[in-house]
Amino acid sequence: MAMQLKEIEILIKESFPDAIIEIQDLAGDGNHYSATVISSKFSGKTKIQQHKMVYDSLRGKMGNELHALALKTKEKDGPES
Amino acid sequence: MDQKVKDKIESEISNNEVCLFMKGTPEVPECGFSMAVVNILKLLEVNYKGVNVLADQSIREGIKVYSEWPTIPQLYVKNEFIGGCDIIKEMFENGELKKIFKDKNITHKQ
Repeated sequence: MAMQLKEIEILIKESFPDAIIEIQDLAGDGNHYSATVISSKFSGKTKIQQHKMVYDSLRGKMGNELHALALKTKEKDGPES
Repeated sequence: MDQKVKDKIESEISNNEVCLFMKGTPEVPECGFSMAVVNILKLLEVNYKGVNVLADQSIREGIKVYSEWPTIPQLYVKNEFIGGCDIIKEMFENGELKKIFKDKNITHKQ
């Protein structure tokens, strides 16, 4: 059970077309990634809502095929939170 | 979700002001993400109940459905879901976590 970096990026990009996405394979095992997603779609949302939006974009893979994704979300053009 | 599982989760959350669903125990965390949150709570000297989801498969799956959050750990303060590992780490670093404990009257290191 593993996911390709590109596959994660494509899924996130589908839901957040304007996003700046940075993904790293932390352990080189296709199982532990970190991602930073910067999108205007996050504006006005709480951190929990922002992370849920990203998890939703991964269509249930988070916690299954994808064991670990350390996530950071930021609003584009918004105040840093 | 099974009503019995839901009741069990709700009783843990309502009987413990600060409740952490985690892999392993506060003494012996069995996952790096759970350990990160344990360490933060330790630094802030917060009393909390650790619920080991590895000891109960129904809770392990149930808590994800309950919070609509796909990963563990999950931290609850006074019945409210605060976040998973990434959010707790970020909130600890920017001071928001302390503010939540203060606002919710949870004893912690000032």
